[in-house]
Amino acid sequence: MRESGEAAHGHHHGHDVGERLYIHRHSPLHDLPPHLKIVSLLTFLIICVATPIQNYWAFIGFAIVITTLLATAKLPVLTIAKRATIEIPFLVFAFLMPFFSKGERFEILFFEISRPGAIAALSIITKGTLGVLTAILLSGSTPAREILRGFELLKMPSLLVQIMTFMLRYMNVITDEMERMKVARLSRGFEERGIRDWKFIAGTAGALFVRSYERGERVHTSMIARGYTGELPKTEIPEINSSNKFLAVGIPLAALIITSVTGALL
Amino acid sequence: MHIPDGFIDIKTSAAVGSAAVIAIAASLRGAKAQLTEKSAPLAGLTAVFVFAVQMLNFPVAAGTSGHLLGGALAAVLVGPYAATLAITVVLIIQAFLFADGGLTALGLNLFNMSIIGVWVGYGIFLLVRKALPKNKSSVAIAAGAAGFISVPAAAAGFVLQYAVGATATYETSTVFTAMISTHLLIGIGEAIITFMTVSAVLASRSDLVFGYKGNAHELEIR
Repeated sequence: MRESGEAAHGHHHGHDVGERLYIHRHSPLHDLPPHLKIVSLLTFLIICVATPIQNYWAFIGFAIVITTLLATAKLPVLTIAKRATIEIPFLVFAFLMPFFSKGERFEILFFEISRPGAIAALSIITKGTLGVLTAILLSGSTPAREILRGFELLKMPSLLVQIMTFMLRYMNVITDEMERMKVARLSRGFEERGIRDWKFIAGTAGALFVRSYERGERVHTSMIARGYTGELPKTEIPEINSSNKFLAVGIPLAALIITSVTGALL
Repeated sequence: MHIPDGFIDIKTSAAVGSAAVIAIAASLRGAKAQLTEKSAPLAGLTAVFVFAVQMLNFPVAAGTSGHLLGGALAAVLVGPYAATLAITVVLIIQAFLFADGGLTALGLNLFNMSIIGVWVGYGIFLLVRKALPKNKSSVAIAAGAAGFISVPAAAAGFVLQYAVGATATYETSTVFTAMISTHLLIGIGEAIITFMTVSAVLASRSDLVFGYKGNAHELEIR
């Protein structure tokens, strides 16, 4: 699926989790340097979340903006829907709220529900969905390693970025290890029945820790042997062209205009 | 399950987020002093471990299952500083890559899980370990106690944020009762699994367990 387009450092690290999330397309959003994209989308989202839900028209505007961006990035609808299922527990929480909240009540269909509850539920669902879609847009249009490079360019402490780099790089190794341990458990005749079996699964967790730790040590010693001094090589700052700037400023600006115009109309 | 966007108002999120950033910065300094030669790979692999261990299903009953949260476990295994960083990284990756937990709510989630969860857990661990005789099983029991308390403690952090900046309309007292009671139950599971996992590591590689070596020791990199 991935060629060489996003391999910014010019080398491959196998298929880590971030690369599985990334959807390779050619679009203005894919071309946006990661640090600009992070700041731009975060600012957009903060403006959305800070807008009161009573400003209903604004949220129709925000929805149009995020849908346009998702379409521009050519992310498949099914993938977006699948990733968005993560917010289902909160949707349930919000859907129940009008029934179990105090305040003025009104009747809808056959139910009597609370008006403040219904408004708050609408707010949680709308803002939560906008947030999930924004995050999906970011991770769908940016390889994980590029997101980390964005963090680095935004001056996140190097140790934190390094920890993240190692986490992504070894995520598959460790989850594969876990899968192998599961196979080993099954081949020893293990059967999952209930709480009685926790001891064995906890044994797996313990062994997994030991293996992760030992691998960490091994990686570290090899890195020292190759001349690691605690800093990873600095990445160069990507070139920013005028269409990048236009897009990066445009996204939050659109939200700002939407919220102030609709706010003034209220 | 992490807090999504728009659930707690932006002012509260910003305030709590700043507190989380300060605490994480302190942990970075602490970790640098504690981890010799700034061993990022080790903390990174701990983060992967936490991430992976959360995918390990523990069957409860009737087809339901739960999973470990791992804050207290990580604190006991690699020390509170490295644990804070590991959980922080897990939460950042979950929010930015998996849309799990809102981007604007990241500070809230960080505060509850990588600060409260880890440090309250570690505090309980130290207290209980002190009260018990100095041996391996005391370390495992103390770790279990830490796991038990760390879960409702993190939930209490959420309730506090809810009380200050909720956009939802459930009564705070209702949320408090629901959150704390369910998380006490979850905490029991967390305690048992943490106890068993620490016991398993102690049985095979006790030299790796930070909480067993005592915090005067540095993590040994060979």
